[in-house]
Amino acid sequence: MIDRALSGTGNWLDERFHGAKGLRTFFRKIFPDHWTFLLGEIALYSFIILLLTGTFLAFFFKPSMTEVVYHGVYTKLDGVKMSEAYASTLRISFDVRGGLLIRQIHHWAADLFVAAILAHMLRIFFTGAYRKPREVNWLIGLVLFTLALLEGLFGYSLPDDLLSGAGLRITQGVLQSIPIVGTYLSFFLFGGQYPGHSIIPRMYILHVLLIPGLFLALIGAHLFIMFHQKHTQMPGKGRTNTNVVGAPMYPYFMAKTGAFFLFVFAAVTLASTFAQINPIWLYGPYNPLAISSGSQPDFYMGFLEGSLRMMPAWQWVVFGHTFAFNVFIPALLPLGLILTAAAFWPFLEQWITGDKREHHVNDRPRNAPTRTALGMAAVSFYGVLWAEGANDVIAQHLDISLYTVTWIARIAVFVVPALAYIITKRICLGLQRKDLHLLEHGVETGIIRQLPSGEFIEETRPLSEEALAKLAVPERLPLPAGRTDGEEDVPPPTMRRGVGRVKARLNKVLTETVPMNGHGPNGHGPDGHGADGDHARAALGPSADEDHDAEGGSGEHG
Amino acid sequence: MTDPSTGEWPGDNEPDGGSLSGQEAGGSAGNGPTERRRVIGTPPPAEARSMLGTPEPGTPGGPPLPRRRELPADPQDMPGARRAERVVVACFVIATLAGLGFIAAYLIFPVHSVLLVQHSNLALGLTMALTFLALAAGVVIWVRRLMPVVDLTEARKPLRSSDEDRAAFVETFEEGAEASQFVKRPMLRRTLIAATVPVAIAPIILLRDLGPLPRTLLDHTVWRKGVRLLNYGANTQIRPGDFSSPGGMITVVPDGYQDDFNALAKATCIIIKFGPGELQFTTADHPVPGKVVENWTVDNIVAYSKICTHVGCPAALYEETTHHILCPCHQSTFDAVRGAEVIFGPATRALPQLPMTVDAQGYLVARHDFTEPVGPSFWERGPST
Amino acid sequence: MRAITLRRRHPAAGYAVVLLGLLLAGLCYAAVTSVGAADAASHSVTAGPLIAEGRSIFNQECSSCHGEFAQGTPTGPSLIGVGSAAVDFQVSTGRMPAKELAAEQPRKVVTLTPQQIRALAAYIASLGGGPAIPTKAEVSQVGANPGLGQQLFVADCAQCHGFVGQGGALTYGKFAPALTKSTPRQIYEAMLTGPEAMPVFNDTTITPQQKRDIIAYITQTRTEPNPGGFSLGRVGPVTEGLVAFIGLLLFMVLAALWITAKQGKAHD
Repeated sequence: MIDRALSGTGNWLDERFHGAKGLRTFFRKIFPDHWTFLLGEIALYSFIILLLTGTFLAFFFKPSMTEVVYHGVYTKLDGVKMSEAYASTLRISFDVRGGLLIRQIHHWAADLFVAAILAHMLRIFFTGAYRKPREVNWLIGLVLFTLALLEGLFGYSLPDDLLSGAGLRITQGVLQSIPIVGTYLSFFLFGGQYPGHSIIPRMYILHVLLIPGLFLALIGAHLFIMFHQKHTQMPGKGRTNTNVVGAPMYPYFMAKTGAFFLFVFAAVTLASTFAQINPIWLYGPYNPLAISSGSQPDFYMGFLEGSLRMMPAWQWVVFGHTFAFNVFIPALLPLGLILTAAAFWPFLEQWITGDKREHHVNDRPRNAPTRTALGMAAVSFYGVLWAEGANDVIAQHLDISLYTVTWIARIAVFVVPALAYIITKRICLGLQRKDLHLLEHGVETGIIRQLPSGEFIEETRPLSEEALAKLAVPERLPLPAGRTDGEEDVPPPTMRRGVGRVKARLNKVLTETVPMNGHGPNGHGPDGHGADGDHARAALGPSADEDHDAEGGSGEHG
Repeated sequence: MTDPSTGEWPGDNEPDGGSLSGQEAGGSAGNGPTERRRVIGTPPPAEARSMLGTPEPGTPGGPPLPRRRELPADPQDMPGARRAERVVVACFVIATLAGLGFIAAYLIFPVHSVLLVQHSNLALGLTMALTFLALAAGVVIWVRRLMPVVDLTEARKPLRSSDEDRAAFVETFEEGAEASQFVKRPMLRRTLIAATVPVAIAPIILLRDLGPLPRTLLDHTVWRKGVRLLNYGANTQIRPGDFSSPGGMITVVPDGYQDDFNALAKATCIIIKFGPGELQFTTADHPVPGKVVENWTVDNIVAYSKICTHVGCPAALYEETTHHILCPCHQSTFDAVRGAEVIFGPATRALPQLPMTVDAQGYLVARHDFTEPVGPSFWERGPST
Repeated sequence: MRAITLRRRHPAAGYAVVLLGLLLAGLCYAAVTSVGAADAASHSVTAGPLIAEGRSIFNQECSSCHGEFAQGTPTGPSLIGVGSAAVDFQVSTGRMPAKELAAEQPRKVVTLTPQQIRALAAYIASLGGGPAIPTKAEVSQVGANPGLGQQLFVADCAQCHGFVGQGGALTYGKFAPALTKSTPRQIYEAMLTGPEAMPVFNDTTITPQQKRDIIAYITQTRTEPNPGGFSLGRVGPVTEGLVAFIGLLLFMVLAALWITAKQGKAHD
């Protein structure tokens, strides 16, 4: 069977496309296996589902704000004036077989898309997979994240219902508040005064043509770069910075990724069968004078909503012009801060640590305590803003006074990230110490033995090679130029004042870690000389010490 | 079962000998490129022998070295694989049936009513989900149990190109740059760059007609002297005598504009009825100096813009007992007895008050437009009046 | 401190920490949950029969807060002029008699029979007039226009009660209740009398026909099936987002764990 396929179709294609060698390389490409590597795939497959379902919806949706009087299946709204966009969405939901299902799949897939991007982004950050040579891919990822937010915003605003219309109004108010150009931006986007008649058709074109086009190009680039540079891998036995260990693309990875695509599709379909999402018929058509309590945007815009809600009433009016800080600070600051910090981070880290090597083995998050702690601080910052976005729902369902929720959030947005940083760092260091203990003393066996001298010791057995490789010494970040081991206390000339000094300080904080080989940068690490060295290493085996020296050596001269 | 030393794996005795490894050689149980099944112990056919003896594999004149398979042909656990195969087949059968069920559900379940759509959604969704789930589970079990476990290693080449490649590239690039005259003839270069600037700006210029300039459009609404207030929804005109219960609140719109969203987005107001003495018209009784209600009321009925001064949501949540107007979007709170002054939340300015009076027929009408722009702040907006 | 660290490996240590954490969380929550003061409301009303029976019920159940002659006390507002509609609403929804002072009285189990409520309402109406209990015809849904009801509802009601009447938060611990359990008569009465923080929508502001339309919208919406599946409380994107993370993403993570799980290798 295979012979026939190869000699028939295969031959035909090869004679035209010269594919044998390239395809073979592609087929043999090795893919390392770890469940966290599939998070990006969730996003990718959600995107494909969005394309498929979106195409179906586009055959029925009318992106027009022309007013019509409704006389359709949903009799509760009979005689009500609404836009064609809203009416066509009602028709898709109630008059097209499978229409509601596809609409819901589209919306659930959109939510999953952004959730997966967030999870994937965090995974990349916490394992240090953005480091050289993957910085560009990280930046592309950030752009994809922003585009996903916009795409979702435009998408759920297309049906022109009361809930999403309120969100559009907020968007317009925010736009308008931007100094100097705000009113112009608003008038150009909406084609005049709000709401106008242009915004839905314009968002439609952005949503189905421009942004998906950008997505296809950028996702293509994102995947190609990943292919070309080969995927990173988690530390483990036999895995080094110069190899990739796993199973080949054909048939293993193809099958697994295909199965995962089916799982993603199954999951969103299940959600669309059992969990109603965006019931626009309940919200009613948009009207600029109407609003509901408990109006929130889709979850991924929640943090922007929360920042708008928690901001105190600050504005400046000078010389007949208004700086509406109360609006454009919450609109621009959180997202701007997170994206800018994220974009600069790989380069900042490189500058601080002086580490210009290629990194193809992921860090365990605990082995980069400061980075992990910073990441958690950012996550909790985002989380507080997100929770505040639902403050009235929280107030209603948890029986807390409305203003109290806002005040808690105003304080928490500063306190919680600081706490998260401290706690996460301590947890990482603690976990490292636990690992170090295992490395130095092996696994407890529970067997007590009495030595001839009369002392009692507990026997330990050495870690398996697999576990050893996992716990292995994380590559020590190379010292900033000029310093050599043994003279760490003396900073080189460039680092004694000004920017150099700042860099030295930052380096110290960023590289704070429990040294796994027992020799800390200061010579006397926390467990440096094996304070518990009194424990017999009788059963420890030859592996540990030699491995330490070997790994420590390669790290220092890397 | 398997003998790695000879490169044999189960399934090697099949006529095609395994697709990835090419030729097989060695061992009397192996097959050459011929299709004949060979019996163990039979000497190889004459054409494979020479008078001088068969040359060693890998030496000149001899057969090529046996290619070691990269992937085993079968999994370690064959009995387990047989069981798994049954499970996978079952999954795929379920998927087939569910897929057919989806098509059937599409044909059987009609829509055109909310209840029918509920049933249709359930049927279509369940069958579709089951199809995908069964397929997915089947493929995963297939990969995990039916494919042999492999752990292969591929070397990473350094990403940095070799020095020779780099040098060659630099040579090509420099030669090309020279040949193109780009570097040698500055006027070419400069004028080319100059020419691209307008082309690059043109698309932005083309966007100019996306919308009109704001000018003073944001400063005014459609309210004018004599425009009647309409009770929205019912679209009826309002007499103060009808709107007479203290604690009443209703949404009002300018007469003639009830279907004009552009007008409504700025002109919509709420009117609130108070009992005598509740509205604060002067600062005398204020605990804290601040805004007051302008003398534009009728019978203790006050009209405020409904458009929140934060980002424009309708601020309509009126708490009769505290006389606070709460905007549900971001919880800006305004005090209705004190000119809708902000008492909490991100809004920075009070809701503008609509100047009201009654006309000759006794209906509530506007005296004139608001005396300040309504709605969210913008750059060109000066201080509030 | 040393006493604690010495016992850190005690078998019950883990449980103790969890209990401490729960206690802390509970204390924090109790601190922020509001117990505000009751707000007063006063309106005018009209009279009716069964007054004597009503007066005796009033003396038993209501006078302690509302005063011997319904004139009001520091704990309960005057009921002179609130009318039978207000009494019927408050008592038939169980809000009154109030059990405790709170920012807002929630709906609870009704303690009086319909006959008793009628009598009480008549008595209060006799004191000073006020809006009357609507008749059956006035709350009848026959010929009501829910489309118009929808327009009125979103313009004047949804900002507090939510798109579909699922309720909403107000300030200082008050809330606009969900409209899932209110009868058409109760909805009519609430609009008419404006209980607690709710504004008053008298019959010349929102006419009886318009009130019927609004009631039709509310009752049809709450009994309407959810064609897309479970409604998730009809809360909106907040619950949808939670489902996306906790449901969908978690499901995908579980699938990923299965697909990439090591086959038959022991762990250390």
